[in-house]
Amino acid sequence: MTVRLLRSVVGLALTSAILAVIMYRLNSPLAAVFELSVCSGLISVIFITTVSFTQRISKERLIIRRKERLLRFLYLPFIIIIAGLLLLRYLKIPQFDLPQPAQVTDARVVLWSLRHLDLLGQAIIIIAGVFGVVVFFKEPNK
Amino acid sequence: MVALFILVPFILLLILNLPFKFLKATVAFWLSAVLFLIQPLLILTHPWFTWSNYPAGLGRFLIFKLWLDPLALIMLFTIGIVVFVSLLVAKSTISTEKRSFNFINLLLVSFIGMNATVLAADIFSLYVFVEITAVAVFVLMAIEKNRFAIEGTFKYLVLSMFASIFILTSIAFFILAAGEISFAGIHNAFLVNSNIILLNFAVALFLCGLFIKCGVVPFHGWVPDAYSEAQSAVSVLLAGIATKITGVYVLMRLFSSVFVLKDSFHNLIMLIGIISIVFAALAAFRQNNIKRMLSYSSISQVGYIVLAIGCATPLAILGAVLHFFNHAIFKSLLFVNAASLEKKFGSTDMPIITGLGNQLPVTSGTWLVGLLSTAGIPPLSGFWSKLIIIMALFNAQRFTYGWIALLASVLTLAYFLFMERNVFFIKTEAAPGDRGGVPFTLKFCEVLLAAITIGAGLGFPFILNSQIFQLKGFLY
Repeated sequence: MTVRLLRSVVGLALTSAILAVIMYRLNSPLAAVFELSVCSGLISVIFITTVSFTQRISKERLIIRRKERLLRFLYLPFIIIIAGLLLLRYLKIPQFDLPQPAQVTDARVVLWSLRHLDLLGQAIIIIAGVFGVVVFFKEPNK
Repeated sequence: MVALFILVPFILLLILNLPFKFLKATVAFWLSAVLFLIQPLLILTHPWFTWSNYPAGLGRFLIFKLWLDPLALIMLFTIGIVVFVSLLVAKSTISTEKRSFNFINLLLVSFIGMNATVLAADIFSLYVFVEITAVAVFVLMAIEKNRFAIEGTFKYLVLSMFASIFILTSIAFFILAAGEISFAGIHNAFLVNSNIILLNFAVALFLCGLFIKCGVVPFHGWVPDAYSEAQSAVSVLLAGIATKITGVYVLMRLFSSVFVLKDSFHNLIMLIGIISIVFAALAAFRQNNIKRMLSYSSISQVGYIVLAIGCATPLAILGAVLHFFNHAIFKSLLFVNAASLEKKFGSTDMPIITGLGNQLPVTSGTWLVGLLSTAGIPPLSGFWSKLIIIMALFNAQRFTYGWIALLASVLTLAYFLFMERNVFFIKTEAAPGDRGGVPFTLKFCEVLLAAITIGAGLGFPFILNSQIFQLKGFLY
């Protein structure tokens, strides 16, 4: 397995976990649970499975790629955070008369009655992802 | 039992992937062909499937909140025909058993995604199934894994990702402003008008995403590479229906019946439409490859549909819907013709393939039908839908748009005749490398689509009165 790809996958799982904590703090426990289970759990497993089908890059191609190509963009997260803080400080958002958020219902009601079409969608997209992995990694190249 | 349009293909997808040796590409082909063909036949006899006596127990799994209206009926009809044709083209153009099996499975996934997109009753489900269609199409586009196909896929993937970001952000704002995600709830939020700034901001974001999905100018960068470098059957699917459902249908659905917008939005949509019509028609002149020329032609024709949606009068919406259907048919026909050329000569570059009229009489004849319909020549189907769109523009006092749209049809005719002359009629001494005859399935698809184009054109007044206007709730 390629170490750097694995680091990306682990980073994604950590980001999803932090996002789940943020969602919980924003009083959305249902969303936090799904974020944690699907993004940190299921998606990471799929990514690691896909990475396991990859092969090590050749030395020639590795030389062509510059190691510091990502270091060029190291400043980006800092700019985004500073811009966000400045917007929070100075941007005056008009007052809106927003409707009351819906009452939090039982997860079982949400899953099996209200949003069960999305469950079907999830199953279908996972099937599509599996076929993607098969097409890209299992079939011989043309 | 509207849910069966989604559940039956899903069950077939699961069955085809059971670990039985007899479930190979041939079985998958025939089962899928029957399924895809049944859908348009069912639509033609549509009253019967409104039956709603679900079996007890199992029934609750079949009750999805779906919205079947006349617009969805027309879309389901179109999806069935184009996906069926794509399957037949794949039969002739994909040689390996394993790849063919994977293609059919992914085609089923995209079929489910498109069906569910047109039946969705809330904006989030709409988004989910648009993305399902897109994911299946990404994999299909790169199925041959050559460099150019992967490049086209990557361009579409990256731009589609930006579109998804815009669309998801706008959905978040719709939830904030309307308190819910159903179409009815969002429509009521516009009527109540209390959070109109938020709603308009959400609409603007949504529009940015949709323009990328539609592939209109100036967001069209991915279209020529995606359409021309994909495998032939995938080009038919992509240009014929997939990008139309994920982009143009969503625009049509939301902007004609859900959002309540100011004139500025309508003017913007019309402006993007007219720019797409003219720019893409001019760009088509410069292409040497048939599939790239067809890609630009597709952008131009989508511009007509977007222009009509922006005009937003009932006559314009009728024109948009009819042109959507006609474009799906004649564009699929032209891409099937390109597939025939590629199958026979291994290339779609015009300098290489010339003077083929005698060698490919079926392809050249159906090509002529396709191009004349695209250019809006009577009595073919494209003439009627373009006529309705232009009439709607003049009725709405949009004379400038109407005249430009009319003159752009002349451009369309010009570049297609140029292509027809070079590929089929010029006598040349250089013989292109012949790889054998065109398979029967390709000829069958060409004749079928040409027959629909001619039939829909000749029988248009009858179809309009006896079928379209009988759909209660369509436009009134």
